[in-house]
Amino acid sequence: MADIDAGTLLFAAIFTNNILLTNFLGLCPFLSISREVRSSLGLGVAVVFVMTCTAVINYLVYYYVLVPLHLDHFRYIVFIIIIASFVQLVEISVERFFPALYFVLGIFLPLITVNCAILGASLFLIIREYTLIQSIAYGAGSGIGWMLAIIAVGSIREKLQKTARLPKGLEGPAITLFITGIMALAFMAFSGMIQIQ
Amino acid sequence: MPKPPKKIEIFKAGLWKDNPVLRQILGICSTLAVTNLMVNTLVMNAGLIFTLTMSSLTVSLLRTYTPMRIRMMVQTLIIASYVIIVDIVIKAYLPSISEALGPYVGLIITNCIIMGRCEAFAKNNPPLASFLDGIAVAIGYAIVLMAIALVREPLGFGTLLGFRVMPDGFTPWTVMIMAPGAFFMLGLYVWIVKAFFPQPQEILKSG
Repeated sequence: MADIDAGTLLFAAIFTNNILLTNFLGLCPFLSISREVRSSLGLGVAVVFVMTCTAVINYLVYYYVLVPLHLDHFRYIVFIIIIASFVQLVEISVERFFPALYFVLGIFLPLITVNCAILGASLFLIIREYTLIQSIAYGAGSGIGWMLAIIAVGSIREKLQKTARLPKGLEGPAITLFITGIMALAFMAFSGMIQIQ
Repeated sequence: MPKPPKKIEIFKAGLWKDNPVLRQILGICSTLAVTNLMVNTLVMNAGLIFTLTMSSLTVSLLRTYTPMRIRMMVQTLIIASYVIIVDIVIKAYLPSISEALGPYVGLIITNCIIMGRCEAFAKNNPPLASFLDGIAVAIGYAIVLMAIALVREPLGFGTLLGFRVMPDGFTPWTVMIMAPGAFFMLGLYVWIVKAFFPQPQEILKSG
């Protein structure tokens, strides 16, 4: 499906095909970080930035280096190396030039290398044969959608910690999974608007 | 270096005591997505068992030669190489399932369990123990996923492995095929395990 315009795709990636709530990607950091809103926001911003940039870089590398050389089977290795080195580069430059920002985002950056949502977005845009513009929209949209989900769940969990009395065993990951499930149900309401697959 | 743990202990820990999904909630990302059909789950599990076991073994064999500073990179490359093998094999022999699994096979690379076992166990232990640890953890993981698929497929499609198991008048629960079904099922399992089989440190904490 390559005939969706970028704006629609951006909207679809945020709401109807939310990468966390419909594709289950990026769940590990999601479950451990979503305890409070502040850190959710920090990680969310970092994910949006890294996901958009790596989507573009991976797109260019795949179509202009790997495909002409018939090396497309190596895309997993190449993508993961690109993501890891990009994150490292961002970390170094943020630390050097924006120390204040580093103080806020610093600890989240290394976490991003193993965030499957980043690699997942890059793999989806290859499989669905997006163009460059669509890839940018998809990368940004997926990142924003992920951030939205983690902030929403983070705020609910923060409230829960203060007010709710949960049954034994339900606290922690179990209740987070239930909240996420209900959130996914809510997001399913958007799915009638646009379908991308 | 600490003495390598007993073989049977490794197995017990991987299967139940430190079960990666139920106890540590690790590595659920790429694999929850395929639990709406039992067939997909089985193929994905086979891929994961192979990757995890072989990566543990390889990391352990190379553990004395790998410089500490770049070990994460080395581990990622080892894992990625095995995932590529799995991907090619599935594409060649099971093309229709490969299509259904989409990018999720590739996402085994970023499955935190594999990296977690390499970091926590294989890098300090001899090859045989690491190999067993890999198998045990992978099987513990596979069992949980199959348990989720066992509920989702009959309720969502009325079938199991493609065979009809529900009576004719049964209305499929669409929610079970969709994403929320997987979240609810996993949440339920985690809840049950934590409520009825608490770990020692959890008893201390709540008591």
